[in-house]
Amino acid sequence: MHIPDGFLTTPIMALTWIITLVVIAYAIKQTKNKLTDAHIPLMGILAAFVFAAQMLNIPVAAGTSGHFLGGVLVAIFVGPWAGTIIMACVFIVQALIFQDGGILAMGANIFNMGIIGTLCGYYIYAALKKMAHNKILAAGVTSWLTVVLASAFCSLELAASGTSPLHMVLPAMVGVHTLIGIIEAAITIVVISTVLKSRPDLLSLEVPS
Amino acid sequence: MKWWHIALIICVGIGGIFSLFASAEPDGLERVAHDQGFIDKEGESSFEIIPDYSSPGIDNEMIATSIAGIIGVVLMFVLVYYIGIALKPHEIG
Repeated sequence: MHIPDGFLTTPIMALTWIITLVVIAYAIKQTKNKLTDAHIPLMGILAAFVFAAQMLNIPVAAGTSGHFLGGVLVAIFVGPWAGTIIMACVFIVQALIFQDGGILAMGANIFNMGIIGTLCGYYIYAALKKMAHNKILAAGVTSWLTVVLASAFCSLELAASGTSPLHMVLPAMVGVHTLIGIIEAAITIVVISTVLKSRPDLLSLEVPS
Repeated sequence: MKWWHIALIICVGIGGIFSLFASAEPDGLERVAHDQGFIDKEGESSFEIIPDYSSPGIDNEMIATSIAGIIGVVLMFVLVYYIGIALKPHEIG
């Protein structure tokens, strides 16, 4: 779902950049001076894992593939703010070094594929976990939901840019991402259950906000 | 070995080896852009470093992808590791 340059108009790119920069600035403020020695390698590993897993495009339908995003997973480990920093770094490196996602569209990409997972995802996850008393179920449902939400926001940005009318782009994007979201749920569930079994202590390093 | 040494090896394996089996089919957005006729709006990058997760100057496509994946994984780890250190409380004096 990496938006290349050319799909969005200047006002939409400016707006998404402003929102993204404000959230990143707040995330840095919330994270600063709160990390411990145990967080440092964990944050590096989460960034490395998200990058690697995003390379794995999996076929979801005839002629279409999708990949993991990771926002919910990192937020479950380190909380929404440190998670936002990690996700922003992934999209910055992808755009600058790998030409995946536009430079000008980076604000929109960090927002759609990062912040929706780390922020919205985190709070939805926390609410679901309370209701269902089940970490794994809450993680799976939230992961799927954030991918669908990301595709809806991406559609809104495309429609607002006049790239494709909303009544066409929204159902198409949301439709295909209901399938791609299953990949997100599966990978998040596998990682969380594996860590719960082998190193449950790594899941108690949420940075307090 | 610390836990994260093993985790980093796993990530390098995913980025360097698993990535070779990734589907080359367009992703959700590319598919919709194609179907709805706006894929041509995609602009050319003003610069390229490792475009399409394929290291330039390497003829073998698999090796080019594998190296790109390993570079990306290691770069991400080092970058965020040092950002973490920068955000840690620093002792005064």
